[in-house]
Amino acid sequence: MLNALQNAFAALDLDRRNLVVVSGIGCSSDLPHFLNVYGIHTLHGRALPVAQGIKMANKELTVVVTGGDGDGYGIGAGHFLHAMRRNLDLTYIVMDNRIYGLTTGQASPTSYKGHKTKSTPAGNPECALNPLALAVAGGATFVGRGFSGEPIHLAETMKRAIAHKGFSLVDVLSPCVTWNKSFSYDYYRPLIVKLDQDRHDPSDRDAALRQALREDKLPIGVLYEIDEPTFAEEEPSLQGGPLVRSRIGLTDEEWAALMDEFS
Amino acid sequence: MDARREAVIWIGGEAGEGIASAGDIFMKTAARCGLGAFAHNSYQSVIRGGEVVLQIRVGAHPVLSQGGKWDFLLALNQNVLNHYLPAARPSAAALFNADSVKPPETSAAASLHGIPVGELTRDLSNSPVMQNTILLAALMRLLGIPWDIFVGSIRNQFGKRKPQLADLNVAVARRGWDHAEKKLSLPGPIALEGDGKRRMVITGNQAIGLGAVAGGCKFYSAYPMTPASSIMHWLAPRAARYGMLMKQAEDELAAINMAVGAGYAGVRAMVGTSGGGFALMTEAIGLAGMIEAPVVAVLSQRAGPSTGLATKTEQGDLFQALGASQGEYPKAVLAALDPVDAYYAVIEAHNLAEKYQMPVIVMSDLYLSERNVVVDPENFNARVPIERGETVREAAEGEYLRYRDTVSGVSPRALPGTPGGMHIAASDEHNEMGVLISDWYTNPTMRTRMVEKRMRKMNGVRRDTAEGAFLCEGPEDADLTIVGWGSTYHVLEEARRALTDSGHSAQLIQFRTLWPFPAAGALPILQAAKRCVCVENNQSGQLARLVRQETGFSIPFAVRKYDGEPFSAGPLVQALEICLRPKAPAVQTLISAELDLPVTYE
Ligand SMILES: Cc1ncc(C[n+]2csc(CCOP(=O)(O)OP(=O)(O)O)c2C)c(N)n1
Repeated sequence: MLNALQNAFAALDLDRRNLVVVSGIGCSSDLPHFLNVYGIHTLHGRALPVAQGIKMANKELTVVVTGGDGDGYGIGAGHFLHAMRRNLDLTYIVMDNRIYGLTTGQASPTSYKGHKTKSTPAGNPECALNPLALAVAGGATFVGRGFSGEPIHLAETMKRAIAHKGFSLVDVLSPCVTWNKSFSYDYYRPLIVKLDQDRHDPSDRDAALRQALREDKLPIGVLYEIDEPTFAEEEPSLQGGPLVRSRIGLTDEEWAALMDEFS
Repeated sequence: MDARREAVIWIGGEAGEGIASAGDIFMKTAARCGLGAFAHNSYQSVIRGGEVVLQIRVGAHPVLSQGGKWDFLLALNQNVLNHYLPAARPSAAALFNADSVKPPETSAAASLHGIPVGELTRDLSNSPVMQNTILLAALMRLLGIPWDIFVGSIRNQFGKRKPQLADLNVAVARRGWDHAEKKLSLPGPIALEGDGKRRMVITGNQAIGLGAVAGGCKFYSAYPMTPASSIMHWLAPRAARYGMLMKQAEDELAAINMAVGAGYAGVRAMVGTSGGGFALMTEAIGLAGMIEAPVVAVLSQRAGPSTGLATKTEQGDLFQALGASQGEYPKAVLAALDPVDAYYAVIEAHNLAEKYQMPVIVMSDLYLSERNVVVDPENFNARVPIERGETVREAAEGEYLRYRDTVSGVSPRALPGTPGGMHIAASDEHNEMGVLISDWYTNPTMRTRMVEKRMRKMNGVRRDTAEGAFLCEGPEDADLTIVGWGSTYHVLEEARRALTDSGHSAQLIQFRTLWPFPAAGALPILQAAKRCVCVENNQSGQLARLVRQETGFSIPFAVRKYDGEPFSAGPLVQALEICLRPKAPAVQTLISAELDLPVTYE
């Protein structure tokens, strides 16, 4: 997973000082610590809003957000939906292990129905959330899936996600060998199909949704990608340079105009 | 008998009957005549047509509080007239639309003037909304306001884009004006003559917005919550013009986390909310404390707990601000005194936030945020100090320590994009580099060092905020020392002066910096006080508790109010006089019974 991200960064030839990796809280969220870039380790579920604030303040930065399924689809689910609607140019990588890892193995939003965990000893009574279908329906302009057992393919998907202009989600099937024995590498291998070899058209929303909802197999690769104006292209305040370089202080004319409004 | 040089005017009706626009036109007219004026919106929740009463006090001198009972009532419907007649002062007058409002049968203290709105405007318009313009015009004529200035304010209200509507309103106003000239006279001697100087009108929240713009804030995020929302409303159409992004977020959690992200990335960032929203924000305020990112939060209080009284004021969140977030970290809490002070407090907050890389909370409340006041434009200075704190321009690869343990506790920041400044800004406890020390091994020595490094910043904050941390008015050896905080400043000062006029010597200490609490400066004054009373818009005496906690000084008397209404000077003076008696009660609770406001239980 880490390798894949490093490879993707390297392949894109990004300047490390303009790269910010934002994480939430969870096992997966230590990730920025293993990269020599700007990293910010935030709160459980809040990586996306922090990342959006960074991107709004400085649209020249490349912002990648990493987190877990509990972090992003549980406590952070609301932010996830709204970040997609906003279509800021961010890449959101979720390491989906279908379990709460850091807090030692409770059910997560992507745990399947019936799954026995520490917090659901009689089997999870809730059905699993489908992040890919949610993202296709929710306004993400790039939706992909990877498998940590296929690092080269994963790096390629991440690369395309980072290069995509707009909000990208990459859900990464990441077995947690400590807390989630049911979803091992061996469990996933026969289920995986690579979309790219399957003549899938990522600009076709219905096809993307069909792939996201498949029950027989777990497609990996780029499910969906469309070109839409980004937040920074549409927001009036971002039409000049980045906010970090916006002038501080008012000219005499600006001040006079403001004071005039009040009198 | 000398003519009175001020008047209290209430404009009451249902939301949507045109109270706000009549009030705005009145305020602007007063400002342009060189009068002083103050407006406080005392409104009920509008879910089921509750009544809104705008209380305006106008005078031939600066007016800094809403005053008490009314001299003039513009009743836009029958309920308003019925409910508020008992709150009339002697020789008051009520104006209303004779077509829709009937004078009550019981004889009233006020003179009642039904104006035949339909008859006067039949050929112009039959919109009932016009009645507010007619009634307002009649009042203006009675008060002796120059017609031209009044008309200028009407036109200003409609802006350049709605000339027909402005023309119609001017024509309607003329009918009300002429009617008053022929048929009405002042019920008592009132002389309102301004000094002719053109002044400005501003609300507390507008001043907060203005402070953000002038202070270089480039990112404002919020989720709507009364009484903070109007900061967002003021900024929204203006932000882009000043290189600022105003973002309405999906909730308060997003709003504050976005602001922390923006602050981390290097812009001045601010959020605004009320107590409920602030409660949701607190975890991220602690995040800012831990990763040492600057952020400013405006906390405009309303009556709580929970959703409380959405449209009523209270000073109930002091301990929420002081205790925001888990754990211990440096922060500052300022409580603005009035709109002019709110302007400077916001700028000061951004300076402190960036200089010390920490969250700063600016407290307001409904009473301050929504008050509309006439002020001298010179009070607002465009050239304000901007202190952006220490940053690193470039660092040798691998040598930069984001959380370097310095004497001041402040570690120069490397903003994303800085060559060689790459680091992790970690919300978990970390070492000087930002590497976590929380999980795999916990390093007690490093933890202690980092806590102390962060907290050492408070020495600087304390130095920077000491000046102006509280205001003192009146003689030090006064019989009574009044202690208050934030938005109640002018009412307390008015009460202090009234006490002085009636022969008692009184002093006021009003706190503006609540954290770090200016204990060293305040304690000697409190100890020297002959008799001390703490006046607060809350039930539990939060400032009194803070004073006791930080100085060991126990303020023996308290006057409190927590009915949702602000203090007004009259009843407050009576309560303070009771405090001067030998056997004064320790706590007095005031209720705005004299206003007899209608209450709707939803
Ligand atoms: C507000 C809040 N609630 C709970 C926690 C505790 N917590 C830390 S990580 C975590 C779950 C992480 O699960 P996931 O996001 O799936 O990541 P994983 O550890 O499995 O990689 C929880 C509940 C917290 N840090 N903050």
